[in-house]
Amino acid sequence: MSDLRELYQEVILDHHRRPRHFGPLPGANHHAEGLNPLCGDHLTVHVDVEDGVIKDVSFEGAGCAISRASASLMTDAVKGKRVEEAEEMLEEFRQMITSGADGPVEAGLGKLGVLCGVREYPSRVKCASLAWHTLHAALESETETVTVTTE
Amino acid sequence: MRVVARAGAPAGAPGLQQRAFDVASIRRDFPILERHVYGQPLVYLDNAATAQKPRAVIDAISNFYLVSNANIHRGVHRLSEEATGAYEGARAAVRRFLNAREAREIVFVRGATEAINLVAQAYARPLLRPDDEIVVSILEHHSNFVPWKMAAEATGARLRVVPMTDAGELRLDEYERLLSDRTRLVAIGHVSNALGTVNPVAEIVRLAHARGVPVLVDGAQAAPHMRVDVQALDCDFYAFSGHKTFGPTGIGVLYGKAELMDPMPPWQGGGDMISSVTLDEVRYAALPAKFEAGTPDIAGAVGLAAAIEYLEGIDRDAASAHEAALARYAEKRLSEIAGVTVLGRAAQKAGIVSFVMSAAHPHDIGTVLDREGVAIRTGHHCCQPLMHRLGVPATARASFAFYNTFEEADRLAAAVARVKEMFG
Repeated sequence: MSDLRELYQEVILDHHRRPRHFGPLPGANHHAEGLNPLCGDHLTVHVDVEDGVIKDVSFEGAGCAISRASASLMTDAVKGKRVEEAEEMLEEFRQMITSGADGPVEAGLGKLGVLCGVREYPSRVKCASLAWHTLHAALESETETVTVTTE
Repeated sequence: MRVVARAGAPAGAPGLQQRAFDVASIRRDFPILERHVYGQPLVYLDNAATAQKPRAVIDAISNFYLVSNANIHRGVHRLSEEATGAYEGARAAVRRFLNAREAREIVFVRGATEAINLVAQAYARPLLRPDDEIVVSILEHHSNFVPWKMAAEATGARLRVVPMTDAGELRLDEYERLLSDRTRLVAIGHVSNALGTVNPVAEIVRLAHARGVPVLVDGAQAAPHMRVDVQALDCDFYAFSGHKTFGPTGIGVLYGKAELMDPMPPWQGGGDMISSVTLDEVRYAALPAKFEAGTPDIAGAVGLAAAIEYLEGIDRDAASAHEAALARYAEKRLSEIAGVTVLGRAAQKAGIVSFVMSAAHPHDIGTVLDREGVAIRTGHHCCQPLMHRLGVPATARASFAFYNTFEEADRLAAAVARVKEMFG
């Protein structure tokens, strides 16, 4: 049970129960839809980018505690950041959750570090990365909603 | 016979009226059940995904490779004769298992999915015209939905979908209404993999035949858990997978009435499916070789035959009753946990329990249960149209086999209680 607590840390359970920036985002100019065909998880990310800065961001959809908490933590982390900074965080996050059990956790990831327990659960890595892949697709898109999948 | 009459019910079990099943002796036949995961004895409740294998199956496969391995048909040497005998012997075992009239009505394929694709390609496609209809149900696994969707898209035909009640039972009145002079085929699951509903297949076939419409039955979840008699059902095609039937992966069966399969064109070309080949003309072999191009999964067929022989050695009616009793008991225990909803309340249900929790997503349930040593399946179970109908993205599913015990159902319930504790 102790290692389960490492996966489901209080912060994760809290973001799962009370997701931040959850819902539509009027005025958003970038959107993407993310699908995990493995489990049917489905989320949409809305971003309002102005002058290369993520002025606001939100997400909607259904998913497990890991995917929901990851999306919620992500919105907290990237709001107010420059697009390039968000892309760098995405890369650091990806490395954290796909590295071995003893891999480094970049200090720059801050609170996102609580999701590092996922790397012990190979079947759950995609749950944690779905929001970030979707954010990436949204930032790359223009006005159309694009769809990404984890497969 | 492994079934013994035993007085009284096992501890924690509901009052069992049927004969008790000697599970302890059955379990000794399945070596993997001795495994521990995360320091706990494995509780394997993912049998609808794939069943575990008795030692007899593992030994038969190993023995084939150790002693008789050779390619089948046309070999004049001893080993090839032995391998051919074993492969055709497996076909005879399947004929007996399904009570088909003739062995040539049994075609070996990779699994139920391939069996259905074979019928979609070689039976439905040449027949379908624009506006023709194929009837499927909302309960279908993607493997009995997507091949028909593909055939419909290629030909301009349409799929009609039989709806269900909230309990998860097919609406036979609606089904009857959907049958028309445009219906070319009915494709229906025998047992729902997601909800466990046992469909009234004989009645479904009777109603279709009254209008001259043939019926394919997807038996992937039925063949392992109940007696199947294709002549009594009178279905035209029946598909099942070896690996869910306590046999190996890579082998499955398509049963088809000879009068339907004889005129069907082959769907794959290659060795073993011809009677003669010249530069100008190919003549195809007769059934069943016509549908078995290339070297088949010989060892898989041998393993499947061993699984069938194993099943023939147990009291299958008692096994089915035991599985259903386990599932009903698990449903009762799970329903006692606040926030748990069991989905699918059909009157006729197999050993499958699908449930959701208000506090936790099925994937989180699955991860917590895994660490408690309990293996279940979580997700959409390849039934996305059904998930939409139920209004859930996914479910957690415990599926029982005759080697499971009431103590294991208790461990399932205890692990779900832990989920409740963690997620509130």
